[in-house]
Amino acid sequence: MIGGEAGFGIMASGLMVTKTFSRGGLHVFDTIEYPSLIRGGHNTYLVRTADREVHAHTGYIDMLVALNEETIHLHKEEMSQTGCIIFDGKEEPEGRFGVHADISLFPIPLTEMIKSLGGKPIMRNTAALGATIALIGYDITILEGLMSDMFQHKGDKMVLDNIRIVRAGYDFMMDNHPGGSGMIVNPLDDSRKPVLTGNDAVGLGALAAGCKFYSAYPMTPASGLLHFLAAEEKNHNLVVKQTEDELAAVLMAIGASHAGVRAMTATSGGGFSLMTESLGLAAMTETPLVIMEGQRPGPSTGLATRTEQGDLRFVMHAAQGDFPRVVMAPGDVKECFWAAGQAFNLAEKYQIPVIILTDKFLTENHRTVEGFNAMTIDRGLLLDPEEMDVHSDYKRYEITESGVSPRVLPGHTNGIYNANSNEHDEYGVDQEDPGNRTAMMDKRMRKLEHILEELEEPVLYGPVESDVTLISWGSTKGPILEAMMLLEQNNIRVNFLQILYLLPFHAEQVARIMNNAGRTICVENNKGAQLAGVIRERTGLAVDEKLLKYSGRMFTPGEIAGGVMEMIGHG
Amino acid sequence: MADASDFRTAIKPVWCPGCGNFGILTALRGALADSGLEPNQVMIVSGIGCHGAVTQYVHANGFHSIHGRTLPVATGIKLANHELQVIAMAGDGDGYGIGIGHFIHAMRRNLDITLLVHNNKRYSLTTGQTSPTTEKGSSTKSTPFGVIEVPVNPLTLALSSGATYISRGFAGDPPHLRKLIADGIAHKGFALVDVLQPCITFNHVNTNAFYKEKVYKLGEDGDYDPTDMVAAYERAVEWGDRIPTGLLYKESRPTYEDEVMTIKDMPLVERPVVGVDISKTMEQFR
Repeated sequence: MIGGEAGFGIMASGLMVTKTFSRGGLHVFDTIEYPSLIRGGHNTYLVRTADREVHAHTGYIDMLVALNEETIHLHKEEMSQTGCIIFDGKEEPEGRFGVHADISLFPIPLTEMIKSLGGKPIMRNTAALGATIALIGYDITILEGLMSDMFQHKGDKMVLDNIRIVRAGYDFMMDNHPGGSGMIVNPLDDSRKPVLTGNDAVGLGALAAGCKFYSAYPMTPASGLLHFLAAEEKNHNLVVKQTEDELAAVLMAIGASHAGVRAMTATSGGGFSLMTESLGLAAMTETPLVIMEGQRPGPSTGLATRTEQGDLRFVMHAAQGDFPRVVMAPGDVKECFWAAGQAFNLAEKYQIPVIILTDKFLTENHRTVEGFNAMTIDRGLLLDPEEMDVHSDYKRYEITESGVSPRVLPGHTNGIYNANSNEHDEYGVDQEDPGNRTAMMDKRMRKLEHILEELEEPVLYGPVESDVTLISWGSTKGPILEAMMLLEQNNIRVNFLQILYLLPFHAEQVARIMNNAGRTICVENNKGAQLAGVIRERTGLAVDEKLLKYSGRMFTPGEIAGGVMEMIGHG
Repeated sequence: MADASDFRTAIKPVWCPGCGNFGILTALRGALADSGLEPNQVMIVSGIGCHGAVTQYVHANGFHSIHGRTLPVATGIKLANHELQVIAMAGDGDGYGIGIGHFIHAMRRNLDITLLVHNNKRYSLTTGQTSPTTEKGSSTKSTPFGVIEVPVNPLTLALSSGATYISRGFAGDPPHLRKLIADGIAHKGFALVDVLQPCITFNHVNTNAFYKEKVYKLGEDGDYDPTDMVAAYERAVEWGDRIPTGLLYKESRPTYEDEVMTIKDMPLVERPVVGVDISKTMEQFR
């Protein structure tokens, strides 16, 4: 963990550590915690690496890089027994900051070092990176290579200055502590695994899916997606628009989609509140729409930079009236990529709004992935100009068995129609007739049955036969997968039912799994056990237990394993 | 080439007999024809209010959106396919009330969109409450003891927000309005046509006779230079015995679409959806 005050460059140096490991072929998961302010306040960047896939952070720290003393005091209780602390100083102070005697302290005079090398104070963390690499016996040339790539665009001098400072930190530790910290991390291979946040993965997925229009208003934790796509605007011929508010963001996406471009927007719960009326507009006009909602703890401003899964019910029911929508909750970075791709296909195929429900834990933390395969594109029933040439009586809202009416993009003489937020007839003309109303409601809602048929069924991780079945959705997937390993070590047979699609809901499949399960425990990062409620509503079945956390922080695997053991009276 | 009748539909308007909307509708159809447009080249976006149903009375691509949100929908459509001639319609409640934020931002963006505001100074579809342009002191259903606020002045607001074509028409003078709309369409950039519209049912102050007596056309009584912003401000605040109509202000500025580099070569909608290669984009994550 690297910790210090906001403004110390912790985020940048943390990502360097992550990439130094991933470039060595290691798997990485990192966790960023920061308060809602720009300067001051305590920031941390926790990097976990292993030679196997890592899905979450643990509750302990092996190595702490403390850029200020406060960091030591805030985290000394989280140190693992054989952990070590790197701090800016010449020697161990009397009292050793009150840390446990087993924990090694590695002072390094960062401030002086930077000054003598003519660096800026913010480069303390660069020297600390070198020191870190030395203490774990890792290959320093990987970090140097990374520095070189990252600073190349700022010129050779910048590259050399940074490498000089990294080297100074590295050499200091090699000279003074040639034995290292006792912890050894070795590169695995040169596979240079990509490291992505959920925001990056949704963005990449959107690009691969042919999304060309992105409109959004900044809001944590979805802003990263805006930044990524804005930077890619020229490379991929996009239009990326920061709007005056979230209403404009979603409405511009609806307008662009109506004109035929794959369009999306993203926000957090507060912004989504402003988008709700427009969600209904997309539904009534049957305009494809993709929205990512990155949850953070509410209500209101809540904890602006922390994590929670409190918006499930909100996105499921937002906006007046009954209308079909898809709510999907990817559980990890890889699923974020696929969710984005699938969201565009479903949105266009069924001409509905699709919501990708993520959260801060998923959108802002990085993890390694193996890369992505090509994406299938399905634009659904989209009439091309040649087909329209022979069309004499086009009905945009034609009542069909599937509920989906062939769509045409504006511009064709035979395809003129009125997209209408009022209830309308098959041509899009206002129509208040009760029979028409019933038929149109049925037509729109029929889509849900067909959508459910094509969605992948819920995934059960672990053995089919088990004593405990954990049930969850979204980003808790990572800590749950790790917790399962801990539980297995304690001889508890456990499996995990991941609900990827919240709407429409695989009620039959979920019920079947629950009926065959031992003890069912719903694990959620919210207060209201919202998934447990959905399951009860859709299947009539109640989960046996609910393991909930709503402190604005994600579960650690240890918390889940401990909670489960307590619930089943194991221990 | 299409004439005004090509923009008619078979649907009979639901407006009150004598409503100012009829004059606006006639002017709009004529202006579209005067602009040399075909129905398939035109996209009309409306909001909610008495004007909202207009999309089904004009034979053209239509999008009847929600209250106050006509401009962001129109903006999205324009950015996705700037070859469409986009006309946004709104009422005074839409444009100057609930949607006033979009109004200001759309003007500073200067997209090539024409906005027609049916300004009847009442919320008429909801049976006659006060609106943002209702005159101070007016008694309405929601303000039986008189409106306390001063009204929004859309013209000064447009002047200070960067609109590049600002005009005011009168629903009782369709030929003049037709010209203002056609000029707005021809103008490269955001064009506002604020339309003084009597509401025969709910506004018994700003009636047809009220306007007939007071409106005059800018330039008819001596020189008026619509590129002079100071002069435009002077006329924009004129409201009393004389009410100016016509082209208030005009300037030439690149449109928003002109400056979006990724739609210079072709409309966004023509970019391929299939076959996007992200392998190069992935490299930054290694």
